[in-house]
Amino acid sequence: MPTPTIDSVPHLTKEIIQLEGATVRLAGDSGDGMQITGSQLTNTSALAGNDIATFPDFPAEIRAPKGTRAGVSGFQVHFASEEIFTPGDELDALVAMNPAALVTNLGDLKRGGILIVNEDSFAEKDLKLAHCTENPLEDGTTDGYRLIKVPMSKLTLLAVKNVTSADGEHLGNKMAERCKNFFATGLIYWLFGRDPEPTLKFIRDKFGKKPEIAEANELALRAGWNYGETTEDFASSFRIDPAKLPPGKYTNIMGNQALAWGLVTAAWQSGVEIFYGSYPITPASPVLEELSVHKSFGVRTFQAEDEIAAICSAIGASFGGAMAVTGTSGPGIALKAEAMGLAMMLELPLLIINVQRGGPSTGLPTKTEQSDLLQAMFCRNGEAPLPVIAARSPADCFEVAREAWKISSRMMIPVIILSDGYIANGAEPWQIPEASELPRWTIQHPQAKENGEPFMPYQRDELLSRPWAIPGTPGLEHRIGGLEKQNITGNISYDAANHQAMTNLRAQKVANIATIIEPLEVDGPLEGELLVLSWGGTYGACVTAAERARNLGLSVAHAHLRWLNPFPANLEQVLKGYRHILIPELNMGQLRLLLRAKFLIDAIGFNKVQGKPFSVNELLREIQRITETGDDAP
Amino acid sequence: MSLELPVLTPADFASDQDVRWCPGCGDYSILAQMKKMLPTLGVPREKIVFISGIGCSSRFPYYLNTYGMHSIHGRAPAFATGLKCARPDLQVWVITGDGDGLSIGGNHLMHCIRRNLDINIVLFNNRIYGLTKGQYSPTSPLGKKTKSTPYGSIDNPLHPLSLAIGCEGTFIARSIDVNIKHLTETLRRAANHRGTSFVEVYQNCNVFNDGAWNYASDRDVRSDNILELEHGKPLIFGKDRNKGIRLNGMEPEVVNLGNGICEDDLLFHNEQATEPSLAYLLSRMRHQDGFPEPIGVFRAVDKPRYDEELNHQVQNVKTQFGEGNLTQLFNSGDTWTVS
Repeated sequence: MPTPTIDSVPHLTKEIIQLEGATVRLAGDSGDGMQITGSQLTNTSALAGNDIATFPDFPAEIRAPKGTRAGVSGFQVHFASEEIFTPGDELDALVAMNPAALVTNLGDLKRGGILIVNEDSFAEKDLKLAHCTENPLEDGTTDGYRLIKVPMSKLTLLAVKNVTSADGEHLGNKMAERCKNFFATGLIYWLFGRDPEPTLKFIRDKFGKKPEIAEANELALRAGWNYGETTEDFASSFRIDPAKLPPGKYTNIMGNQALAWGLVTAAWQSGVEIFYGSYPITPASPVLEELSVHKSFGVRTFQAEDEIAAICSAIGASFGGAMAVTGTSGPGIALKAEAMGLAMMLELPLLIINVQRGGPSTGLPTKTEQSDLLQAMFCRNGEAPLPVIAARSPADCFEVAREAWKISSRMMIPVIILSDGYIANGAEPWQIPEASELPRWTIQHPQAKENGEPFMPYQRDELLSRPWAIPGTPGLEHRIGGLEKQNITGNISYDAANHQAMTNLRAQKVANIATIIEPLEVDGPLEGELLVLSWGGTYGACVTAAERARNLGLSVAHAHLRWLNPFPANLEQVLKGYRHILIPELNMGQLRLLLRAKFLIDAIGFNKVQGKPFSVNELLREIQRITETGDDAP
Repeated sequence: MSLELPVLTPADFASDQDVRWCPGCGDYSILAQMKKMLPTLGVPREKIVFISGIGCSSRFPYYLNTYGMHSIHGRAPAFATGLKCARPDLQVWVITGDGDGLSIGGNHLMHCIRRNLDINIVLFNNRIYGLTKGQYSPTSPLGKKTKSTPYGSIDNPLHPLSLAIGCEGTFIARSIDVNIKHLTETLRRAANHRGTSFVEVYQNCNVFNDGAWNYASDRDVRSDNILELEHGKPLIFGKDRNKGIRLNGMEPEVVNLGNGICEDDLLFHNEQATEPSLAYLLSRMRHQDGFPEPIGVFRAVDKPRYDEELNHQVQNVKTQFGEGNLTQLFNSGDTWTVS
């Protein structure tokens, strides 16, 4: 092969095949840099104008034992010239950096798919670490796939052999070999016609302080590209045209980032400043990290001593008039439950974010699940209903954060925002809104009273919301607390009838939210055989499966719940239009339980908790099974 | 509008709620001294917030006509932290007890003190769980027989001031419910300190633990059992002020003045010592070990305050990079245009 140089990338000489889309997964050891590589492929594909959806999948351990199956880290990218909603079911191409990555991921590669392996990491010790008794490259495991063995480690070492640091030192072999993830990136870029320039810029920015590392990674990337162009293993490469997205300016956004930006935007729109109390927890920590950057927006982040202090500090800030937010995952919500009840009882605005992960207990911290719905609904003592809204995709987190704040501040009530690990770490193109076109509004605080009349902190408006009087306002001094309070005055009351009345008022206040949120929308027929009802991060798989079912001529509609409490006012009406209701959930049937309890509707569940999102195909099969057999029992 | 602050009286700080502590409870005196002291601070009533947890002491905010929050068990310091960070203009008080602050809320108390937020914490120590009717608390002495320790407590007690000094608190003080002048003055100093003020008040629970502090509050014996700390003064105590504390190596010892021992031989109090060692030594002097227990200000030093630092960071970033701009934020990554 030609010696790589830092020139422009050579022109392609081979045949180019046009594709509508492709799903590629890069898999290797946790230390192999697969998450960086995957993010780069995502970004580059987005910049090429493709629609994208991603699924990073990594172990809970920071550095699981090297070379083992437990240490395999993967990043899946689906890019297409049409609108897509999922990171793809089957892989068109898989890059496996070692035997463990190969055997744990091969099952997802479609028959005849491209399998690129680093053949330098299939020595006896590598096989042993992966618990392979035979070499999977030789024992028939890879039969039926387009296996392309590339000596990536050797070629990478060769490519970077002339790189020296400022004081003339050559890179050590270990350091040089670590550049092999960029060799793999270069090869995939050649294969799918990606422009390497954005990644070269990324390399220069990221490793700018160590020019020799930047140079080595750049050479490795170019060597990978050149390898594809030169090797006879590939007769052709692929092209995916830009997707026909609505006109506008786009950027690639991840769920947690969109959530943080949504909060910042909501604060700006409503003229308040954010107080974010949080305790580090996977997969919610990136929200804390992202918000801590944005001090220029007046964002105050507080990394509390524990989950309880995180929410309590936020409630304190809310009492003071801040836009108070706390974020965590399921185990953190368990700890916050008492304080959530207090915030509900105080009737203060507050956003409580749960980026769900696999449970129960510590569960599967880095894997996705939506099994905290019932926790969100019922985790508190006493009659303590709270509104719950769920994001459906990474970019949707931006909208959900803003809507949640609007409701919370309007209704003086804590709102629970549900996201999940799949949305939080996944990415998709986001059409950048025009900041000047975002509406602004003012939150009304009652003004000072100088006539000596007592202030009534629990006097309610037409939607049963109460005034948000903040300390510092003369004449409005008042006390709030967790003891039952007398209606209107807010003084402590143990009166039986008053407790009943207050309980009813607080419940009715939540119910009233249904009058100011959007009704449920349906895609597909308004009456028919089957309605697929989804919530949260399963949106993409459900909308795609229902559409495919309709293309097959089936009478299938899809609706997606944004608010889980209260339900949209027209939900019961919508549900009545179909013979069967299918509720796919990454839990054991939590929304189904709520719907049965509320509407006496016997919905069919499609449930799994395997740390992975639904594939479109498995949903489609279930839809077909129900529509063909009319059978409710799976 | 007049720029002069209206002159307030204790009555201005009384809320319209009936006080519901047991008759004879030490909390009444603490409430009275607080009401007496607050009008002297020159802080408008609406700028003051009292936050409490759960327990008898935590009913305190309901009885003051300021802003107030009766929160959940042990967490008052966390609520106060958020409020003070968001609203540094407010004067924030935390009212807690030995169960609320040291048992269920020990974690928050510790972190609040070490952050040195500019708030005031008053811990009513009655060495018992009163609101739950008489179980032992983290400050109950070993061997204490209560409803939940019928054979005597086997739990080593926690000493609030030692804990607060271990967290490097910047203002550490102790007073007694019935020592009303001393209590008023201690609360005033706590209010005026910039940083977390931590005040332990010996408080009598006349229903479930009556007389627990008799040695410190009873007129007949207290002068021999209590030592009033004064900055820069030697440690002298006793009805006849003829006893003092001298250092013997690293250990304090009680000595009688006279017979060749003069005031200059005694340990001198320095509340401004940078190192908290002296304050810690004082906090370890206990009645049961034959020492007088110090009251007054153990430590008062100036250190950076979390709430100020947080707001400085926000201001500095705004000054350096300008007010937040959404257009810039949205375009901070790679972008592309679809036409």
